[in-house]
Amino acid sequence: MPRLNKDQRSLVSLTLNDEAVSGHAEPRMLLSDFLRHELGATGTHVGCEHGVCGACTVRLDGKAIRSCLTLAVQVQGRKIDTVEGLADRDGTLSPLQQAFRECFALQCGFCTPGFLMTISEFLEQYDEPSDAEIRDALSGNICRCSDYNAIVAAVKQTIRQVKSVTS
Amino acid sequence: MKPPTFDYVRAESVQEAVQTLAANGDEARVLAGGQSLMAMLNMRLLHPSVIVDIGAIDALNYVRIDGDEVEIGAAMTQAELWKRPECRQHLPLLTKALPHIGHWQTRNRGTICGSLAHADPSSELPLCLAVTEGSVVLESQSGRRVIKADDFQTGMLSTAKREDEMLIAARFPKARPGIGYGFSEFARRHGDFAIVAVAAVADGSTIRVAVGGIADRPAVLRLGDTDAMDEMLNRFAWELGGTDDIHATAKLRRNLVRTLGKKTIEDALACRG
Repeated sequence: MPRLNKDQRSLVSLTLNDEAVSGHAEPRMLLSDFLRHELGATGTHVGCEHGVCGACTVRLDGKAIRSCLTLAVQVQGRKIDTVEGLADRDGTLSPLQQAFRECFALQCGFCTPGFLMTISEFLEQYDEPSDAEIRDALSGNICRCSDYNAIVAAVKQTIRQVKSVTS
Repeated sequence: MKPPTFDYVRAESVQEAVQTLAANGDEARVLAGGQSLMAMLNMRLLHPSVIVDIGAIDALNYVRIDGDEVEIGAAMTQAELWKRPECRQHLPLLTKALPHIGHWQTRNRGTICGSLAHADPSSELPLCLAVTEGSVVLESQSGRRVIKADDFQTGMLSTAKREDEMLIAARFPKARPGIGYGFSEFARRHGDFAIVAVAAVADGSTIRVAVGGIADRPAVLRLGDTDAMDEMLNRFAWELGGTDDIHATAKLRRNLVRTLGKKTIEDALACRG
């Protein structure tokens, strides 16, 4: 049973967007800060820092979670996906990102990484979600300048597009 | 804000966890999903000297049928339980209530037992445990004890759990034919803390209805039948002693007890299997 001292910075190794990375964290370091300040992955944004706004949403072993309510030391050896991993390496946007762009589903863009990470898990679990199910899934992400209708439209466009490609 | 400093222990077994609790008294806090504890730490409402992480104890990540009860281990998340067939089949009340808890992302981390141990007066799970007359299992180095919901939550964010104990499992009675369950909640926005939440259990001869979000813990009203339901709910609404605050007036809360209470009882009666 390892006990990490409060002032001790320990090595945390994880898989970030399919790449093995590591950094140092003291026990109290939040995953959100670890990603941004230790690993330089600043795509994950920090809003309220107490689990309400959803801006810091990342995926832990595939599940959308609040990175501000998770400690860096808790993700040792696990798989984290962030907004940086959505587009192709050549910069081609994912269908979801492209739909956000086409539907004007963002304005300042601060909340967008959180929305994208939530929706990316949601779309893996629901093939044909209703509007109510989409809005329910989005209820944990707050946008203060855009329009939730445009975000819902982007989700629906993504579903249509992915279906037309696969069928 | 950022959390204060603390030592961190990742327990690999319940034994290791309760050992750490015994050695540190009220300086230690148990971390499971962290959806309440981490927010409180970030807001500096707590200053524990050691955090005992039990999220990696695989032996606590279970749901199992044990006679007339369904037992849920302390590492089982809300999202995971909701997807389990055992939940759909044997825990219809939780199947209805779980989607009301927080959001998609918090249910992915938040645990059933963590919510019960946190004992927020507006939380859905303590309400469900109270209305179904379930119980919790507490473990310490000196042994194990099982406490009924009614004796467990003693007030706002406070329970009968001793400092050296951890909540290792929750037990909900298994649904039986002839019993119906209802759940309703009023919040300003889906996933916000409930202004009023109501859960009801109805069988042929008795109806239990529990209200959360007003008193310092879930309050349960027992009815023999629906004859005097409106009057009983009205009296209950006044007894709960709601107050005006930034979220709602006392009058709105009383109205919600009357209207949501009635609707939830009717829902429960309507879905008796």
